Amino acid sequence: MYSNKEPDAGTPVRVSDKLVSLQIDGVEVTVPAGTSVMRAAFDAGVRVPKLCATDHLEAFGSCRLCLVEIEGRRGFPASCTTPAEAGMKVTTQSDKLAKLRRNTMELYISDHPLDCLTCPANGNCELQDMAGVVGLREVRYGTEGENHLVGTKDTSNPYFSFDPTKCIVCSRCVRACEEVQGTFALTVDGRGFQSKIAPGPTDFLDSECVSCGACVQACPTATLMEKSITDLGQPDHSVVTTCAYCGVGCSFRAEMKGSQVVRMVPNKNGQANHGHSCVKGRFAWGYATHPDRLKHPMIRAKITDPWRVVSWEEALAYAASEFRRIQEKYGRGSIGGITSSRCSNEETYLVQKLVRAAFGNNNVDTCARVCHSPTGYGLKATLGESAGTQNFDSVDAADVVMVIGANPTDAHPVFASRMKRRLREGARLIVIDPRRIDLVRQPHVEAEFHLALRPGTNSAILNALAHVIVEEGLAREDYIQQRCDLPEFEKWKRFILEPKNSPEALQEATGVPADQVRGAARLYATGGNAAIYYGLGVTEHSQGSTTVMAIANLAMLTGNVGRPGVGVNPLRGQNNVQGSCDMGSFPHELPGYRHVSDLAVRELFSTSWGVPIDPEPGLRIPNMFDAAIDGSFKGLYVQGEDIAQSDPDTQHVTRALSSMECLVVQDIFLNETAKFAHVLLPGSSFLEKDGTFTNAERRISRVRKVMPPLAGYADWQVTVELSKALGYPMHYEHPSQIMDEIAALTPTFTGVSYERLERLGSIQWPCNAKAPEGTPIMHVDAFVRGKGRFVVTEYVPTPERTSRKFPLILTTGRILSQYNVGAQTRRTQNGTWHDADLLELHPHDAENRGIREGDWVSIQSRSGTTALRAKITERMQPGIVYTTFHHPDSGANVVTTDNSDWATNCPEYKVTAVQVTPTTKPSDWQNEFQRFSDTQIALMQQ
Amino acid sequence: MDPNKLVKMANDIATFFDADTDRAARLAGISGHIKRFWDPRMRLALFRHLDSVIEALTVDRDSLLPKP
Repeated sequence: MYSNKEPDAGTPVRVSDKLVSLQIDGVEVTVPAGTSVMRAAFDAGVRVPKLCATDHLEAFGSCRLCLVEIEGRRGFPASCTTPAEAGMKVTTQSDKLAKLRRNTMELYISDHPLDCLTCPANGNCELQDMAGVVGLREVRYGTEGENHLVGTKDTSNPYFSFDPTKCIVCSRCVRACEEVQGTFALTVDGRGFQSKIAPGPTDFLDSECVSCGACVQACPTATLMEKSITDLGQPDHSVVTTCAYCGVGCSFRAEMKGSQVVRMVPNKNGQANHGHSCVKGRFAWGYATHPDRLKHPMIRAKITDPWRVVSWEEALAYAASEFRRIQEKYGRGSIGGITSSRCSNEETYLVQKLVRAAFGNNNVDTCARVCHSPTGYGLKATLGESAGTQNFDSVDAADVVMVIGANPTDAHPVFASRMKRRLREGARLIVIDPRRIDLVRQPHVEAEFHLALRPGTNSAILNALAHVIVEEGLAREDYIQQRCDLPEFEKWKRFILEPKNSPEALQEATGVPADQVRGAARLYATGGNAAIYYGLGVTEHSQGSTTVMAIANLAMLTGNVGRPGVGVNPLRGQNNVQGSCDMGSFPHELPGYRHVSDLAVRELFSTSWGVPIDPEPGLRIPNMFDAAIDGSFKGLYVQGEDIAQSDPDTQHVTRALSSMECLVVQDIFLNETAKFAHVLLPGSSFLEKDGTFTNAERRISRVRKVMPPLAGYADWQVTVELSKALGYPMHYEHPSQIMDEIAALTPTFTGVSYERLERLGSIQWPCNAKAPEGTPIMHVDAFVRGKGRFVVTEYVPTPERTSRKFPLILTTGRILSQYNVGAQTRRTQNGTWHDADLLELHPHDAENRGIREGDWVSIQSRSGTTALRAKITERMQPGIVYTTFHHPDSGANVVTTDNSDWATNCPEYKVTAVQVTPTTKPSDWQNEFQRFSDTQIALMQQ
Repeated sequence: MDPNKLVKMANDIATFFDADTDRAARLAGISGHIKRFWDPRMRLALFRHLDSVIEALTVDRDSLLPKP
């Protein structure tokens, strides 16, 4: 259940212009029309007993505990299902009600094990509380009759157990699975006395359950119970913080015993997640105390040397002296740094500041380079700001949802649940994706159009959609006339109307029948509020930036920017991708997306930091690799990134890392990059530090320290100390002071402070004098750049082509239970669901190659070869294969190429020509990887 | 820096801006993009490479042209 610190109003909040006033136990209360009597009572400070009601689920009216008396009405209506009406006089306490409630409780308790003292819910059990509230003092029915006191506990799920003997069949779990999560995995099986909760005809682990935890939160007893609570007991306090997994940025209560986390519970007041969670944030936090955690700084001269444990002072002094030695020998631009989207805003700000002020160059980049850098480029060029236009709540007002190159149910599951709820309410869905992702057809959700395009043809499809809209006169001319740059629009219009951009002309390239494209275009343009959500299936292409601009074109063309329910919504991969970009992590931009060539901006930072700022852009991550191999880049400070696993063309990356004379890795684990390092600085997890993350909707949320850093320092403190060792002291006592500096230097952050975050809960930037409480929806009256700019987005086929030798296209992505390079989730029990990356391929391609389910297959590309087990599935189109990249020994990126987006160098992970053949053994690369990895682990243990 | 990779990157940028029918805007787009996003050593390496190609072509100019 929810944290016992959080009050429960019993039924959901209602929003209405119409207010009704009523009396409850003589107290006058006014509520929006549609509010239940139970919730009105809550607002009046009156608590009505309840069991089946909870304020995140619609009322059900089954437990009969919340009965009330209403003047002028017969009987005893359930307060949860009775709407408040004007003039009502409600009595919640009377002798009759007390007797009825006591009798009901007596029936519940007569069929419930009386083991409260040893029950894991002891101290946080609604059934126990209600027995006390109604004054139950005896159970007259004995235990001889038929009952449910004998049953088998289902412990199959690694994180929670299901004990049917404690179940009161209130159906809260079933309703949570349906209403909140939208998975429909649970049901009430049987009727009458035989009724029982069941995850289908199987156990929880093998069921459709996605382990989001909504049912466990909803359970008012110990029936569904976190195993961590069973093992550790109830928490003694809780701290509100922000999840460190995906870009949804869910707010959680870390429930603690001293400095030990016993449970993470989604925060009901969380403005991004509204009390929901997924298997990663809710349960997969054990990595923070995993035995693999690095706890001591270490150094070595060569990567073939054993590691030597040293003091922080020695490690930092060594790193600083090496960086300075390299700069003296190879020049000021021979070193750089990489900030992390897994670290806080304050930490990424400090790393880029260290590079610019202490290194004296702009060689700083971030992992957004390999995910959403095209979003930054494309949205700035068209709309004027490098960020999504909406808040997540906006989806509630969408009539048409277009999902392009994203798989929200796996990669952004909490937002996906929200989206699915809107789709169940009637919004219509268009999916543009080569794979039949889960959203295409789910319980009560079905895409009206699934444009299953060939990988690499996103911009062609988007051009075709725009062509239809213009050709058929469906464009919002009034909106364009008022809000967009007209000469640019006219130029674009001439381009888009060219016959080459028609769906008929492009269907051979895209593989999508023209009539489907026309249908989807008509729906998007005329279906009401239309919102686009997109992911890395858009950006990680040679035309990633072009496609982002084509998306913005489409939204402007139909007037779908600037109000709730519409917009352009990039679903960011990591928790702080937006924030790390905002903080000036790109080599060409200072914080707030201001180019380094801008003299006024440079002067602002020079004055504040006391050093000159280099006016030339620095190296991007792929350029750093090339320069390293070329010999002009020799030192790198990497905070919280694993470029050796996550970046494409692994052999090229490892060659570059091997060329370094000083690689400093700051991480919580010995990741793949750290195996090439000369200095290891132990990092701190999100539980060990204060700071902020900024999610995909530009929402800045507090991260709060709940335990001391395992190695003694938070990451921001390490950067401060490294800077000091380099001779550029930084003076901060707390991350709030870093945020104050960010606010002083960044126009979109001027109103942000820890004090205001504390007061408002979270803030969506821009937050300044014009918008002191933040900006949920951008571009409302005008675009940030003034007039919206249509950009000509010519479709250019990727140079990565299939051939006789490489006849299939490989595309890569994520799975629900694992997260990116898996450094965190592989060190939790999430491996139960996904302990190895698999190659998904269509039955036709499998049969042609004599491949059966589970066979080892070799995947060969122009870059390299790896081997995985096969998973045969009709989710794939013939000719297209798919894998994830969560396990380093899979070598997914051994196969991917160094093709990249023309504008940003974002790698083209999504299109690699490959051949797949049966094999019996790992690839040569995998053998070499294993040997190298074993050697490095041995060097660590010496 | 690998000159072939730099040439490919520059050509990819040029391909995008080629869609612009205005020649001046097209050229400004290409050069502006390279200037705003490329580290100076990359620009230098590209131009060194282009200079060497032009030099080679100039040296061989006579042999490359058809005989009158």
